[in-house]
Amino acid sequence: MAKVKKKIKVIKIDVDKCNGCRACEVICSAFHANPKYSSNNPARSRIRMVRDPIRDVYLPVYAGEYTKAECAGRDKYVLDGKEYTECDFCRASCPSRDFFKEPDSGLPIKCDMCEDNEPGEKPLCVQWCLNNALTLEEREEEVEEEEKPGDVETGLESMIDKYGLDKVKDTVARLAQK
Amino acid sequence: MRYAETGFNLEIDLSRGNIEREATDAKLTELHLGGLGTNAKILWDRVPPEVEPFSPDNLLIFGTGLLTGTPAPGANRTIISTISPQTGLMAYSMMGGFFAPELKYAGYDKIVFRGKSPSLVYIWINNDKVEIRDASHLRGKGAIETAELIKKELKEPNAQVAAIGLAGENRVYTASIEQGRSSCSRLGVGAVMGDKGIKAVVVRGTKDVNLARPAEFLGLCNDVLKYIQLRNDNPVPGVMTILQGLGSPQEMLHVDEKWHTENFSWGNARTRRKEFWNKEIEDRWKSVQEQARTRLVSCYNCPMKCGAIISLPGITTYMMKCFSKLTYTMAAFVDDLDFGFRIAQRATEYGVDGFSTPQIMAFAFELKEAGILTEQDFEGCPTDNEGKFYWMLDKIVRREGIGNILADGVYAAARKIGKGAEAFDHNTIKKHEQLPLKLGMLNPVYFLMYATGEKINITQIEGQFPQSPFPTMEERENFVKDWIQVPDEKFKKYLLDWEVRGDHSNPTYPTAEISAEIVDWQEKMHYIDDALGVCAGLSSFPLKPPYHIHNYPHIISSAAGIEMDETKLTQIYNRNRNLIRAINVRRGLRRADEKPPEDHWRKRFPELEEKLLDNYYKFKGWNNQGIPTKKSLQDLDLASVAEDLEQRGIINNG
Repeated sequence: MAKVKKKIKVIKIDVDKCNGCRACEVICSAFHANPKYSSNNPARSRIRMVRDPIRDVYLPVYAGEYTKAECAGRDKYVLDGKEYTECDFCRASCPSRDFFKEPDSGLPIKCDMCEDNEPGEKPLCVQWCLNNALTLEEREEEVEEEEKPGDVETGLESMIDKYGLDKVKDTVARLAQK
Repeated sequence: MRYAETGFNLEIDLSRGNIEREATDAKLTELHLGGLGTNAKILWDRVPPEVEPFSPDNLLIFGTGLLTGTPAPGANRTIISTISPQTGLMAYSMMGGFFAPELKYAGYDKIVFRGKSPSLVYIWINNDKVEIRDASHLRGKGAIETAELIKKELKEPNAQVAAIGLAGENRVYTASIEQGRSSCSRLGVGAVMGDKGIKAVVVRGTKDVNLARPAEFLGLCNDVLKYIQLRNDNPVPGVMTILQGLGSPQEMLHVDEKWHTENFSWGNARTRRKEFWNKEIEDRWKSVQEQARTRLVSCYNCPMKCGAIISLPGITTYMMKCFSKLTYTMAAFVDDLDFGFRIAQRATEYGVDGFSTPQIMAFAFELKEAGILTEQDFEGCPTDNEGKFYWMLDKIVRREGIGNILADGVYAAARKIGKGAEAFDHNTIKKHEQLPLKLGMLNPVYFLMYATGEKINITQIEGQFPQSPFPTMEERENFVKDWIQVPDEKFKKYLLDWEVRGDHSNPTYPTAEISAEIVDWQEKMHYIDDALGVCAGLSSFPLKPPYHIHNYPHIISSAAGIEMDETKLTQIYNRNRNLIRAINVRRGLRRADEKPPEDHWRKRFPELEEKLLDNYYKFKGWNNQGIPTKKSLQDLDLASVAEDLEQRGIINNG
């Protein structure tokens, strides 16, 4: 595969600055509603706060790739005296937990850096984080060119994993005739 | 489709164990918005004045505001309403935190409790699935401890829990309902919850809240955020630090307490310590607070950081906000802030109001010193100031010995104890403990707010208009030049004309007429916030807030899809204000009850005060007893309320 120069958007998460307000979850779910902003629901957010105030755990985590299998990660981390599970840091939409899935359909969701937004606009979670726990950094990198699967492809893949290719094919064919 | 709200209430009958999901009338949203407004409507309709606070027929309502759970910054308030065991009037106590948005996402605007459970229970609301569960294993547990235990037991770390501690279980009149970062503390709502046998209400919701005109609404929310940023970068000059910014007073951030410790009264709202703050105290308090405070935290969807996580060696971590760090410290005459943080942890787990409770304790020790209470009442009580307060807190919360009498609050305890104890009840209004603040010259605007506020709590009535005049015209001009929040330009003139001394100063200026207008504006913003579920800290409480009468109509309309303008919104405020007044006059509230404490100001003006009240009542469309007239109720679509008051002989001849 060819190497290409690409602008990489990175969100820097400074957990020490997080005040735990979950505005990131609110605005993420609103932005990704259809039509845009027509509803909001943190359970649909592509960022989730791992949040346990009494233990001072405030950890924003972004939704990443869909995976069909659960992993063997059962380790624990202790950082600054606070205990986290390996799972807390994980971005995957995976079968072992309810996070990063649409609450009604169970389809996986993933942070897309608000790519539908106007060019030059920061992701909404960054815009709404007035405490600057979430900030945007951009850098140029040489990366392998690859084709990224779109939402529909990822969604179908998860359906295939759940119901099998034949059933999904039959259903799509049936719906196409309607 | 209903927008911003869900259109459903949960009706839970604890006596019969019955749970219903009931559709609500959309017309009521247009008349009252939601939150406090629709809570009051339910109380008016369903709780007649004969119903005692601890009757099964009293209701306990957990309400969300109309905007709660939408992306509107700071729209996170839970409004709890019932009949107060302390005052016998309508209680409405409110909290921020995370509970109300979660309830909306579960699909409900309110939970209405009636009846009494035969045993201690908790309520588990998980979207459409609602259960009444046994809580006998949680009896006597702390409020925060309870929340942690329930989340573990249900394996639901993201559930939100509102719980009572031992004080609520024992129906202590200052019992609060605690929710981690926040609490509904005033007027004994926790005692009613305990009386109903509810240890906790637990909620998890994963449904959508819908918006009527999304793009417009989001644009307005973005404007609010921008204005918050602007205000954070530009504190108001010329007022004391805690009033310069937005949010509730930033007591967790600021460590300089010279103003509070020297101007507020210590003990039973009695002693000013004018030379208290010195370098040694400052250094010590700074280091205590900075070590105790692990993180500054906020409520749901709000960039302000009014609360803090407090961790001290030897005690369980908890969260604190606002002024509670000082209330116990000052009431107990303890010079070390470390005590304040430590006793507040125990008080939070017990679930008591941090304003009233320390005053009740200080009152008790004053009675002991005066020989009205005896050594016998204090058997086993330590002699040091700190130990005394821990001991007394336990007695009150457990209702043991003298604690059983004190648990009903200063007013009731003074009358039960007798022997002259009434004279020591010098800081209550309508039987409810007030801020320990004693001042010199009467301020006419504050006189009216203290006297007539239905909340009976000055911090949730005041706001918008500066508390005192600016000394120079230059400062005044500077203040009014970007004062976009005024409902009318005339308020700028009132401030420009307000002098520290001379003809245009307290108590005769602002005049009675102007004072009524200023109070009306301040009240209006609180009543709107409390119906919308927006935190007063971003709206009605601070100077120059991001929400105001000019942008609210657009925000409400684009969120909820109901037509709104300033006139209509003002009409809704007046309707809600008058409905709550009607509930209270039906329960016996009259002019004679509308009195600030006699020693609140050193300089009093009886004639002027009568004139202020006369004029305010007239402005409101009330008679000289503070009772809304038939006509003013009819003008507010409250004809049925007028009819009821007429039948009871409370209104006669219009």
